[in-house]
Amino acid sequence: MAKEKFDILETTCVPLPLENVDTDQIIPARFLSATTREGFGENLFRDWRFDKSGEKNDSFILNDPAYSGKILVAGKNFGCGSSREHAVWALSDYGFRAVVSSFFADIFRNNSLNNGFLPVMVTEEFLGNLFELISKDPGTKVRIDLGQQVISVPGTGESMKFDINPYKKECLMKGLDDIDYLLSIRNMITAYELRNTLRK
Amino acid sequence: MEPKTLFDKIWDSHVVQSIKGGPDVLYIDRHFIHEVTSPQAFDGLRKRGLQVFRPAKTIATADHNIPTRDQDKPIKDELSRNQVGTLEKNCRDFNIEYFGLNHPKNGIVHVVGPELGYTLPGMTIVCGDSHTSTHGAFGTVAFGIGTSEVEMVLASQCIIQPKPKKMRITVNGSLQKGVTSKDIILYIISRLSAGGATGYFVEYSGTAIESLSMEGRMTVCNMSIEMGARGGLIAPDMKTFEYLSKVLPADLKPDFNSLVKGWMKLKTDKEAVFDLEKEFDAGDIKPMITYGTNPGLGMAVDDTIPEKAGNKEENAAFLRSLDYMGFKPGEKLLGHPVDYVFVGSCTNGRIEDLRAFAELVRGRKKDPGITALIVPGSKKVEQQAISEGIADTLKKAGFELRQPGCSSCLAMNEDKIPAGKYAVSTSNRNFEGRQGPGARTLLASPLTAAAAAVTGKITDPRDLLNN
Ligand code: SF4
Repeated sequence: MAKEKFDILETTCVPLPLENVDTDQIIPARFLSATTREGFGENLFRDWRFDKSGEKNDSFILNDPAYSGKILVAGKNFGCGSSREHAVWALSDYGFRAVVSSFFADIFRNNSLNNGFLPVMVTEEFLGNLFELISKDPGTKVRIDLGQQVISVPGTGESMKFDINPYKKECLMKGLDDIDYLLSIRNMITAYELRNTLRK
Repeated sequence: MEPKTLFDKIWDSHVVQSIKGGPDVLYIDRHFIHEVTSPQAFDGLRKRGLQVFRPAKTIATADHNIPTRDQDKPIKDELSRNQVGTLEKNCRDFNIEYFGLNHPKNGIVHVVGPELGYTLPGMTIVCGDSHTSTHGAFGTVAFGIGTSEVEMVLASQCIIQPKPKKMRITVNGSLQKGVTSKDIILYIISRLSAGGATGYFVEYSGTAIESLSMEGRMTVCNMSIEMGARGGLIAPDMKTFEYLSKVLPADLKPDFNSLVKGWMKLKTDKEAVFDLEKEFDAGDIKPMITYGTNPGLGMAVDDTIPEKAGNKEENAAFLRSLDYMGFKPGEKLLGHPVDYVFVGSCTNGRIEDLRAFAELVRGRKKDPGITALIVPGSKKVEQQAISEGIADTLKKAGFELRQPGCSSCLAMNEDKIPAGKYAVSTSNRNFEGRQGPGARTLLASPLTAAAAAVTGKITDPRDLLNN
């Protein structure tokens, strides 16, 4: 089913300079009882954003009014742990459209791409610079050009190319999804099944 | 023919189409679903007006969001009840076999698959749960997927996946007394780190791995994901076939011999090349325990927490993690008080794990300061524990055997560890809040958990095994 198309995104960022942020932090298990995809943004980073009594934790970056934007910039190995796609739904529902890190867990990366949410993998060095720039000036804008596969900081001219699988890139840019594709090759799938029963 | 790894053999034979410059369309032989990661997928099917393409290849069980007491009564929590009810309805509407509460085949998805003979060598297996890697113990390519991918499998019996790289981890030698499969994998993860195998599919080999029972192999493969690996597998051997001969579904029984013939070919060719190779000596491994908030932060139970970690960022994460746990760099953990003990999960909720726990607590008493959650991985394990007298042994020592489910492994139900409390857990994740907001998890083997349960503190199980 059609998803929002991804092309060029230019926005301020929210920095989260922590490594190994796991999906249990992104969306704790106790909020997974819903049977729809909507509304998870409310509980994004729940236990970091709010204290035990439900009060906002002012020291957490998402509660700092200085930082906002559609890109989350996070430390290495972002999205490790559970396969819950709810983590991506929570990030999107909150308003993010992309996450930048020096390393992503595999399932999280797949889940993101399946939801029109872009994981951009950059070098440690680029990431370090980005954290520094954003902490100096929370108004720093970052531009992600999916077509060119370039992430840049227009203010300073820094930029780097990033990788994305060409098939996934096309899906994202056209707002298509894998199921449309799989349905279109059902004949091939049936033929595969037939070949395999014959082989056995 | 070009030499291939076991992983290549299974993967390549399941590729329906290689998308040019892109991922593969991979055929899935077996699909497991549960209540938490499937409802949105069925929703998607309905919106597209689709049926399930091959309903007989999907099996459903309720495990993540269920209570471990009073399973014969309606689930108290409304959201949980609704989620389990939704799964039941989806299975009915789409003609999928469902093992609900109290069904004799109910249990944690990765425990029931193998014990009921649904997991067979050479298969591709997926489930919307990262610990699907467990099934790799039977020589399968098994891995966790997200809900969009669950929908893909329901709609087409295929998923679109990039092929991972290959790593081989060899563990040779023999294990010391008191050292279990859980210690092997915690040791490996502590060496490779929580992200150390990201992008890889791991094959475990070596004499120490071969010496493990099927249960032990499942524990190892289960935690592959905790070092970031897409999955882990072990070549099937006589032990595998013997296990399967007992659990094979009736309709396959007549074919057993010819099946075994095919399965015997499932091994890595001598000349095959891996992208990465790691080797460990089983003799170096001691009973392990984690001290931080990712499974890579582990050490021998009698060791001290390191003074610092890696570079600046790594050290900051390390200190943050110790702060959450209430530990200090350089601290020794032996003797540290423990509040909770959790035995269960798809990592260590099998009969062998309950046997090991019972063995150590037999003739001893639960420490009065300990709250224990002993949760079998499935109905079958529960029944076996009762008939083998394990439930009795536990009772005499002051423990209660709960009903099966994921329970405190992810604490979606009421089996939560309170904030600030220490839990020695046989599960697989020690993330912040994993076992309840503020809970402090120490991952260990069932033996180390038993040692903590009877002493009330972190104890080297070897000290209790000798006398
Ligand atoms: S026991 Fe834990 S890890 Fe295993 S399937 Fe259940 S929640 Fe996931």
